[in-house]
This record gives sequence, C-alpha cells and structure tokens, in this order.
Amino acid sequence: MQEIIKAYVIKEYVEDDTELTYDSPLISGGIVDSFSMVSLKRFLENKYKISIPDDRATPEAFDSVNKICALVKEFVK
Amino acid sequence: MSNIGSYDERVKNFNWNIAEKELDYNPGDPINIGWYCSDRICEKGFGNKPALIWEGSTGNEKRYTYNDLRLNSNAIGQFLRNLGVRPEERVCLFMDKIPELYMGFLGILKMGGIAQPLFSAFGDESLFVRLDNAQTTAIITQKKHAPKVRKIMEKMPYLKHMIIVDADPAKPLLDREVAFDMENAETVEHFTVHPTYAESPSVLHYTSGTTGQPKGVKHVHYSLISQYLTSKWVLDLQAHDIYWCTADPGWVTGTSYGIIGAFSNGVTQCVLDAGFSADNWYRFIEKHKISMWYSAPTAIRSLMKAGDEVIKKYDLSSLRHLASVGEPLNSEAVIWSEKVFGKPFLDTYWQTETGSMMITNFPGMKIKPGSMGKPFPGITATVIDAETLEPFGEPGKIGLIAIRPGWPSMMRTYWRNEETYKKKFQNGWYLPGDRSSIDKEGYFWFVGRDDDVINTGGHLVSPFEVESALLEHPAVAESAVVAKPDFVNMEVVKAFVTLKPGFVGSKDLDLEIMNFVRKKLSPLAMPQEIEFVDTLPKTRSGKIMRRILHAKEWGEEIGDTSTLEDD
Repeated sequence: MQEIIKAYVIKEYVEDDTELTYDSPLISGGIVDSFSMVSLKRFLENKYKISIPDDRATPEAFDSVNKICALVKEFVK
Repeated sequence: MSNIGSYDERVKNFNWNIAEKELDYNPGDPINIGWYCSDRICEKGFGNKPALIWEGSTGNEKRYTYNDLRLNSNAIGQFLRNLGVRPEERVCLFMDKIPELYMGFLGILKMGGIAQPLFSAFGDESLFVRLDNAQTTAIITQKKHAPKVRKIMEKMPYLKHMIIVDADPAKPLLDREVAFDMENAETVEHFTVHPTYAESPSVLHYTSGTTGQPKGVKHVHYSLISQYLTSKWVLDLQAHDIYWCTADPGWVTGTSYGIIGAFSNGVTQCVLDAGFSADNWYRFIEKHKISMWYSAPTAIRSLMKAGDEVIKKYDLSSLRHLASVGEPLNSEAVIWSEKVFGKPFLDTYWQTETGSMMITNFPGMKIKPGSMGKPFPGITATVIDAETLEPFGEPGKIGLIAIRPGWPSMMRTYWRNEETYKKKFQNGWYLPGDRSSIDKEGYFWFVGRDDDVINTGGHLVSPFEVESALLEHPAVAESAVVAKPDFVNMEVVKAFVTLKPGFVGSKDLDLEIMNFVRKKLSPLAMPQEIEFVDTLPKTRSGKIMRRILHAKEWGEEIGDTSTLEDD
C-alpha cells in the first residue's frame, strides 16, 4: 500500500524530481494543497473501495504516505 | 491607541494627502513603490530593522533587514536591467512564498518593470493564457515550477528569459533560461531606481470573470497611497508590530498587504511558506510573537474545524489585532475568534480591481458580526438599484455595491481589454459585481456575487474557464460549472457533465477528470464534485442555464423557466 500511494502522489502532485519518502510532509510541505486533497481522498476511496468521512480527512491525517496508510487501514475491511 | 483614532472624525476631515504627507510625496514627484518599501525605510534610519522573517516547510528560517531588502531588490533590478528588460515590460513572478518572491517584486518595480505575480499552483494552461495576454518578457521561477513553463515555452516567442532562482548547477539550462542566485549575487549598493510617476504601471494581477479569459488588472505606483494608509488605519500596523499576512502574493492581498502595505509602513513581517495545519499556524504565531494577523475566512473556518483544544497548547497572547479578507466572514467565525483569541477578526471588503480596502471594520468601531463594516474614509460607497442604477433612499434594500471612482489604488484598465474595463463603470459608479444591503447605522451586509463567478477560499474562479478545460477532456461532451456551498471554502467548484457516446460515468472517470482540470488550470479550479447527467438545462436557443443548476445546489427557487428548452 505504501508504494502504491507514494507512486500515485509522485505521479499526480510532484512537479519536479523531488525525492519523496514515506514520511515526507505532503500537506505541510506544500506538495499537496488543501484543494488537491479532495482528489487524493477520491483516489484512496476508489482504489481501496472505502469511504473516508470528511472529518477524518484532515491535513494532519494526509500529511505523509505513512499517515495516509494508517488512515486507510482503519477503513479497509 | 489605534492609528485611526475616531473613524467619524477621520471621515469628516479626510484627504488622501494625509498619506502623501506622511510619505513625503509631493504630487508630480517620482513615486516608486519598490523604493518606498526598501530604500526609504533605510533612509529614515531603520536599515537594520528586521523586515522579513521567513520560515520554510521544514522549519528552516531566513531573516532579512530593511537594508537586505534594499540590496537584494537592487541586485534583482540590476540583473533584469543587464538582461535587457526595459521599463514597463512585464516580468512574471511564478514562485512559492520564498524570499526571492518578495525581493523580486520590489526589484522589478525599482527597475521600472511591471510585476506580474501568478499563483505557483497554476497549471500550464492557466499560466499560458495569462502570460500570453500580458506578452510577458521574463518570468522568475523555481526549478520545481520550470517544467510547466518549459511545456509552453515554444508558444511564447515574446518570453525572452526564464530566470531560475535555485537552478541546479549540475544540470544545463536550456535556451532562454538563466540562473540567478540571490544569496550569492554581487552586492549592488547603488542602484538608480527608475523614475516612475503616479500613473506609471506597477502591478498586473489576473482575475477571473464569468465569461472570457482572465483579465489583467493594471495598477499604478500611486496605489501606494491607498495601500499605505489602509494598512496603517485598518490593519493598525505600528512600529513594534510583528505582522503576518497569510496570503500568497500570487493574489492581490499578498502584494497590496503582504508586501506594499507592510514594508511601506516599515513593520517586521513574517512569512510561512508551508501548507496549512492548525498546529503549525499556532506554533508559528507563538514562536514569532505575531501581533497583527491578516488572514482569510477559509483559514479561519479551517482553524474552527480543528477545534479549540489545539489552541490551548500554544501561547497566543502576542496577538493584539486580527483582520480577514477574501470572502464574507460569517458571524460565527467572528464570535468564535472573540471567544478563543479574545478579539474578533475584523472583516475587510475589497477586490483585485480596487487594489486596497474599500469597506471594512475598523479598530475601535462597534463590530457587528457578519457585517462588512463601513467605507474607508475617502471612499464613497453605497448600494444601488440594479435597474435604475440610483442609490436606494432607505436602508435594508439589497442592491449592487457601487463605489465612486477616483481613489488612488483603483485599477487603471484591464490589460488589452479596455472595453470590459469601461463596462465596470455605470452611471458614475464603479461596480465591483457584488450585492449587499446597508443598515440604518451605515453598516454594509454582503449578500452575494451578481454574476456566476465562484469565490472559493477567497479566490475567484471563472466557470467559463473550467467548462472550457472540461471540454478538452476526451470523454466530456458538454459541461456546466456552478458554485456549491462549502463550510470551509464558502463555495467550491461543482461540474455537471454529459459524456460522449462510448463513455460511462464512473468513480475512476470522475477522478480522471478532476485531475485533468487540476493540472491544466489549478487546484482551485478543480471540480470538487462532478455529476454525470444525461442532459443539461438549456434555453430554446441552446444556452446552458447555469442559474437552474446553481439554484438546485443552494436549495433556492429555480425562478422563471419559461425559456427552458424542454418546457
């Protein structure tokens, strides 16, 4: 899951050759802005067939690949 | 004691020459915003005062004094001059909120160029239409954004230089590209500031309308008079203040109040170049002892959403004055800020075209939560009947906001679009395109836009631009874009889409279209929701009736449908 999400973030949101780790700050680091978070959330919901409540889709919860994985795992059956 | 003192007294005795005198400006003299924001402060003996405290996303910090501001803007101005960039040519700033953006803005103005700041999250299509309209000569950017410029470089023969401020020495630059390293640039102690005058063009900001391409709003150096005085009287900037304007200089607040107002008043300002998180923002306020905080309703509502517990972790007692801009500030947010910070956010109303605040709440004035406040002294504003274009004779009626032209920072034209500019003035009034009412005490109350433009997080998005981008997606046959209500952003973009034969609406297609628009235009313009429909409501002449879709989203009456195609 980590690798899939990381690859998606690089493909969709990284504009140059910035190195990304599983702990790179995505939201606070300015890689994914608050508007784009909506599309990232949509990707996760489509990919893992889950529904993430809006109140759980916070900038803090989306701030790294590892944090996103932890969030997704809560909802995957 | 606030700078403005008594609002009523200021209104009675107002003259813009108050600002002219404070700035030692005599009509007819040269006036250059870049000089006023750097050299002048040094000449007054504050060269060693911190001007800019910058913090990046990893917590790295850089500090610049007013003398640094002067020298760095000199270096950038000289660099542009050496490249052959001439006065009044457009120089685009396409960067994150890094120090080079702030110094670059002043440097462009000091060499006589027109600064054209653009939001760094813009996609290549949004970037191209704005550069093409302005026929921009040079663009200053970072290596992370260079690929977007390279993608459209061939279509822009007029763009002679792409200046990269953090170029990798190991990677060769391409044709028309040049590196500029501000930190290691040669010191330019003496720089001849271009003698711009009151009506010399200074800044070109792009804004969106309902139809047509984005409009380049031309401002002039005399705008300083308004920006200086409104910063002093409304933001109440004082010598000891540590000021934080959260706006990005890609938008007008970030230049009028994130650069010009702050530096011309000689205050110390902090910039946080990092994405939003409540913890990080409160930590930033505590660390730098921010005293004046100018932010936006979207950010305030995001902080509200984060809850009150997080606030208790930080010492925010340095805050003494708060203000807000971008979209109407709801009364709940005002009441909340009073509860948690001990002071209300004061709403300020203005727009790209006005260049500075028009209707605002003032320090010391009775605040009515949810109200826009009253006109700035020297500003004649009212509400007029949309039919007769005459002011209402009684309070409480909803009409168009109208402002008597002539304040210093009023836009001078839309770049290469004089016809649209002229339409903004009717019956002797400038019409911002917003609706409001005025109560018995003269307070303005915002009602909404008078057109289809979407205000999302304080930024205007043109439905036309989004619809045009949608139509470029291979699956989309027709589209209609409207605003959808949103707690945090007030409005977000919603698209109704019909598909071409052979395509079926699905969650994956929905995401694909969202990303398509995001990359082409910007994250702001990306539809947050896409609804696949079989048909769109149209008039008998085939025009899509956005109004009906909008009414459905907002739970409003649909109104007259006599011209609807299927009726």
